[in-house]
Amino acid sequence: MRDIAVVAFAQSEHSFTDLGWTEADLVMPLVNRVLAATGLQRSEIGFTCSGSNDYLVGTPFSFVAALDTIGAWPPIAESHVEQDAAWALYEAWVRMQHGDIDTALVYGFGKGTVGDYGGISSLSYDPYYVAPLMPGDVGMAGLQARALKDAGFDVDPDPTPPPPTDGAAAVLLAAGDVARRLCARPAWITGIDHRIEAHSLGSRDLTGSASARQAAQHAAVGAGPVDFAELHTRFEHEEPLLRRELGLAEQAVVNASGGPRKADPIMATGLIRIGEAAARIHDGSARRVVAHAAAGPCLQHNLVCVLEAAEPAGPAEPAGPADAVRTAEAGED
Amino acid sequence: MGNPCAVIGVGQTEYRAKRTDVSLAGLVREAALRALADAGLTFADIDSVVVGKAPDMFEGVATPELYLADALGAAGKPMMRVHTAGSVGGSTALVAASQVQAGRHDRVLAVAFEKQSESNATWALSTHSPFSASLVVGAGGYFAPYIRAYIRRSGAPANIGMMVAVKDRINALRNPYAHLKIPGIDLELVEKSMMLWDPIRYLETCPSSDGAVAMVLGSERAAAASAAATGGRPAWVHGAAMRSEPMGMAGRDSVDPRAGRDCAADVYRQAGVTEPRRQFAAAEVYVPFSWYEPMWLENLGFADKGAGWKLTESGATAFDGDIPWNPSGGVLSSNPIGASGMIRFAEAAQQVRGQAGEHQVAAAADGSRLALGHAYGGGSQFFAMWAVGAAKP
Repeated sequence: MRDIAVVAFAQSEHSFTDLGWTEADLVMPLVNRVLAATGLQRSEIGFTCSGSNDYLVGTPFSFVAALDTIGAWPPIAESHVEQDAAWALYEAWVRMQHGDIDTALVYGFGKGTVGDYGGISSLSYDPYYVAPLMPGDVGMAGLQARALKDAGFDVDPDPTPPPPTDGAAAVLLAAGDVARRLCARPAWITGIDHRIEAHSLGSRDLTGSASARQAAQHAAVGAGPVDFAELHTRFEHEEPLLRRELGLAEQAVVNASGGPRKADPIMATGLIRIGEAAARIHDGSARRVVAHAAAGPCLQHNLVCVLEAAEPAGPAEPAGPADAVRTAEAGED
Repeated sequence: MGNPCAVIGVGQTEYRAKRTDVSLAGLVREAALRALADAGLTFADIDSVVVGKAPDMFEGVATPELYLADALGAAGKPMMRVHTAGSVGGSTALVAASQVQAGRHDRVLAVAFEKQSESNATWALSTHSPFSASLVVGAGGYFAPYIRAYIRRSGAPANIGMMVAVKDRINALRNPYAHLKIPGIDLELVEKSMMLWDPIRYLETCPSSDGAVAMVLGSERAAAASAAATGGRPAWVHGAAMRSEPMGMAGRDSVDPRAGRDCAADVYRQAGVTEPRRQFAAAEVYVPFSWYEPMWLENLGFADKGAGWKLTESGATAFDGDIPWNPSGGVLSSNPIGASGMIRFAEAAQQVRGQAGEHQVAAAADGSRLALGHAYGGGSQFFAMWAVGAAKP
């Protein structure tokens, strides 16, 4: 696989109250910040991908309004997932593997304060047998917390959700030499994978997360020590579960940023995990970090991304003398 | 473009106003199982699943890929959910193809669907943003002014739209999956139908359908294995691109959008197409309202600016014309919105595979020419296209 790194990350000052921000207000400053941080022009972006959820503000095509703000002129190669923007990052990373583009912009946004997430999350469950019961995300999480408590985990079986949040995040990806040019310490993606599991809770063991375990194995989390991990833990009981399924050692610091419990702009929360983890590489405080994003009831769908300061071991791209110097400097950190 | 990618299986449901016989999961599974059978595969052979549909308000199920994971055999696999407005069916095919082109997966299942009978499409397509006024005009009301602008600019005769409506509905009579089948359709019947959004009459607009379409996209290795197992031939992707432009920009031409022209130019460059009318044997193009045929004929370079209607008028785009457009009957005959784009992509593939049945275009059957699949969405601002052919590029 081609070497691709997170070279810039920006997130909004998330708010627990509706400040009247539109999607445009949320996204545009962040796009400007990641471009300014790297010196890239909009016209140099090879691919753009975003993640959002129409139901949060109760309108179709909420991503169209965001597109109006990112300067998509001349027209751009662009796509959107109705998922957390961590999956938009995955789509962009896959697209960059074709080899013809070197940069991609990824963003996600969510206005959690204007909707009732208990009701909205219920609409994402089986519409015939589960959604009519309106269990909501907290009710579903409660089932998992209770299962964990009964299995001997030291967790609160009565979970509380994070406060509804308005916010957004943007990430800039770059490949090979372009990443080295744009960023002093690129956060190289050395493993990324996501897996889903059955939706029906009746066919799952809620004391584990097979999909998180699979994603972690495919992303090779266990191939080296982990300094920091940013986990998409909207509920406290999910941390010990994910620590186990991702194979994180005791010394791995989880959610040094405060995590989703302190800022949960739905559909950006997972991308923020990747951004926050990458930021530990950018600022030189970590050599190897893990980011995790989740979706669905009781961690049904999990994405795991490993980022490293060191150059990936894969086939190296031909580097010029200047890049060789930068590589050596990075190695001394 | 990365590694070669082929369409090795296609499956469609029957398109109907109401599929009350199946659940959402049953609907997508019907298309998926048909695509797998066509490719000689089972769910166990699939590496990754990509689902696409238009706004979740259509069925009232938010992020439905979570619920559909079980029915699509996705447990233990990566699963994506694409949403790019009306172009989403095309974009979903391209996101799935991208995973093969990247060398990430060998066999990817792409599924697009809509079950519009679950809600009211005009309501679900009208924005109800808390930040702006809703016009509740739906798609017809939104696009009618663009069509009037096209007619004024091009000087097209008033009956061109009706000709397209008749042609596509005649084509639909040859397509076993088509929703609208109107035996005896003619210009008089179309002209007498109610005017909905001037100049769009009732019979010049697309229906609201339930339905799903699925494709299995495969690598060279997967294509060879499927061909050996089934004896069928794949359709190879020769060019693929997406383009988007802002809705709210004063300088854009929403009648002849630059994003559409740029997207086509990108696909044609990859596929080596310089004369689309000659090099394509057939085109499946997203025409939800009749007048979009002449408009897209120009936007996609099949005709000079202002001359698209002349191709339609001459019969060039008819089933027996030199460049048949929408031999399947198109969006005017079947329109499960989130699937409509992928149906175009899949029908283009079926033409060059020689698998289009009664609506097989003779010039496409030997695979020597390409076929075009096209989708657009939003305020004529999102575009997804591919060119497919029988020969490996």
